[in-house]
Amino acid sequence: MGKYSLAGAIGVAAILASGSAMAGKDLDAIKARGALICGIGSGTAGFMLQDSQGKWTGLDVDVCRAVAAAIFGDAEKVKYVPLTSQQRFTAVQSGEVDILSNNTTATLQRDTALGLDFTAVTYYDGQGFLVNKKLGVKSAKELNGATVCVAPGTTTELNLADYFRANKMTFKPVVIEKVEEVRAAFFSGRCDVYTNDSSSLYSTRAANVPPPATADDFIILPEIISKEPLAPAVRHGDNQFADIVRWSQYAMLEAEEYGIDSKNVDEMQKSDNPSIKRILGVTPGMGKALGVDEKWVYNIIKQVGNYGESFERNVGKNTPLKIERGLNALWSKGGLQYAEPIR
Amino acid sequence: MTDVLPTGERRQLAPPVNETGAMGWIRKNLFSSWGNGITTVVLIVAIAWALSSFLNWAVFTAVFTAPSGQACRGHGACWALIHEKYRYIFFGSFPYGQHWRPLLAVVTMLAMLISSADRRMWNSRLIWIWTIGSLITFLLMFGVLSFPISFFLLVAAIVGGIGLSMRGVIAEPVELNAWRALAAIGVVGLILRIVGVMPAWSLTLAPFDYVETGLWGGLPVTIILATYGLLFAFPYGVLLALGRRSKLPLIKGLCVGFIELIRGVPLISLLIMASVMLPLFLPQGTTIDKFLRALVAVTLFAGAYIAEIIRGGLQSLPKGQFEAADAMALSYPQKTILIVLPQALRVVIPPLINTFIGFFKDTSLVLIIGIFDFLNTANQALVDPLWAGFPAEVYLFAAFVYFCFCFSMSRYSKYLEVELNKGTRR
Repeated sequence: MGKYSLAGAIGVAAILASGSAMAGKDLDAIKARGALICGIGSGTAGFMLQDSQGKWTGLDVDVCRAVAAAIFGDAEKVKYVPLTSQQRFTAVQSGEVDILSNNTTATLQRDTALGLDFTAVTYYDGQGFLVNKKLGVKSAKELNGATVCVAPGTTTELNLADYFRANKMTFKPVVIEKVEEVRAAFFSGRCDVYTNDSSSLYSTRAANVPPPATADDFIILPEIISKEPLAPAVRHGDNQFADIVRWSQYAMLEAEEYGIDSKNVDEMQKSDNPSIKRILGVTPGMGKALGVDEKWVYNIIKQVGNYGESFERNVGKNTPLKIERGLNALWSKGGLQYAEPIR
Repeated sequence: MTDVLPTGERRQLAPPVNETGAMGWIRKNLFSSWGNGITTVVLIVAIAWALSSFLNWAVFTAVFTAPSGQACRGHGACWALIHEKYRYIFFGSFPYGQHWRPLLAVVTMLAMLISSADRRMWNSRLIWIWTIGSLITFLLMFGVLSFPISFFLLVAAIVGGIGLSMRGVIAEPVELNAWRALAAIGVVGLILRIVGVMPAWSLTLAPFDYVETGLWGGLPVTIILATYGLLFAFPYGVLLALGRRSKLPLIKGLCVGFIELIRGVPLISLLIMASVMLPLFLPQGTTIDKFLRALVAVTLFAGAYIAEIIRGGLQSLPKGQFEAADAMALSYPQKTILIVLPQALRVVIPPLINTFIGFFKDTSLVLIIGIFDFLNTANQALVDPLWAGFPAEVYLFAAFVYFCFCFSMSRYSKYLEVELNKGTRR
């Protein structure tokens, strides 16, 4: 029996290996392949998540769908590769994925030493505090003397110490390595406060509250104590592809700014506003400059929606995550989301 | 005046009533003393209490269908979550409309495993069962299979080579020539193919839509990784075991070094190597399928363990067997395949099944490299905020499925142990 299974092994190996990608410029490779390979995390409510039918949804998923819509005119032409946080940078560097959209904070080290290029910020995150409503706290300034659950050795722990020192408060840290255990410690009442990136806190509140308590029993305090700009990353070497990723995000923001959404995009094509005409490719030029179809923004908005739509659909007030726009509102509405103009 | 009773047939008296039947058994086993009696009562009360609260949660107040997790709040177990997610948990991100394919693949693999469990099948039929079964399984999972001509040539070369070494001395000239021809066709063809003279013909079977391994998930992944990981590991585990007992120092050293190296590191480190380190060594843009990398890591790992198990079997053979084979002028392959391995493997089948049970569960470690096996899809089902907050139900369900598999394998292993030792027992 051994001889046959060995031959079978080699045969299956040959079949599996034949699916591997070929080298070349990233964008050419993507076009030749006919699909964008998108590296995402494995399961964070609202940001990347497989629904009951195994389809990926979420804010980070929409980034990849928008890029696919820009390149192929079809937001479904994406292959998702779930990555763990250890794998994610290697996967981009080695070409296993074209783009990493995995709630990754853009930092100088990652941008340089890891050979990545972060494009536009898709979500302005920052470290926040999750507390039980019973604590009766409305602001992080009232947390003097609190017990705080935190993961060790991360910037999260340093930020926490800095913040309390700056505000002349004291705290008792409960330092636990694994995120599931930190959560469990917090929900079982071992600490008053759980601190992490606020997107993660919203996700935790929506998905991890053990019954009989519900998400409404917990609040996230308004203070944000660190900068965590989450941005998609591509590898060095193909600037045109990086441009497409960046401008796909800007297109979603510009569309929101000009009031173009997935429902009215067809009518908007008849608009007299020269900016809208330019954005939607009625006046050609933008698509050619970027190296994609002139209809690229139309395809993104029609199939994925503008940034506001994507935000509200995945993480907004009517979803279980209930995240306010806050820093992620448009610059014209008091937020930080500021797209470079499409012209 | 003697008390001697008359000899002859005597009527057997029934034992006292409180020594037989249920009453007797209870008295003897549960209430044989005051201490035992109290222990029994306390334990029965404890079990009844635990069982009733579990049943209350799991059955009587449970919610079996609900539109979302919200409707489950305040009740018992939320089986509606399993009802909503079971297809995802079983098949992961395989295209939803085609879930019948992984389902049939799982059925095929189970049929292969179950039919191989029957001792009457332990002959050349096994080869056919596994060849055809594997073809069906992978055809269902991939949808499209392509066999390059070099695959067939390789099979021809290997089969021919084995035929020659096994039947070389005893075969009729006609049969011998057939083996020679087969091996020659394989080897020559492969050389021509490598040189580039032979065109790259391939046989393609494409009954369904192609589904890449990245979309596989759930139970098929767990079963494929465990079954084929071990299946591929088996022949090379046998080679490693034979190599470790070899008299040639180089081969022996290599085998010992390899086995000890693999056994000295945890499976997780191999998986991380395969998924994080390996891509960095490959040229830019070249990637090896993630699933294949995991399968290779599992195979390497399993091979080292199987080698050690088989070495145990080899060592249990009396020296006389080897000497008798030598006395009959059998060549080394003949001696090994006809005399040594059949006896050695018979001894190690139960521990091999034990290894299989272990690997069936160990495959869930692939979640650290982002492959969605059964446990990982169950984990993912928990993340959905619409169905948040019912981890107990999902993990109980996953545990139940794992238990069904592992328990039946362990019962089978017990049955085999009895069955295989019939010959040596009095």
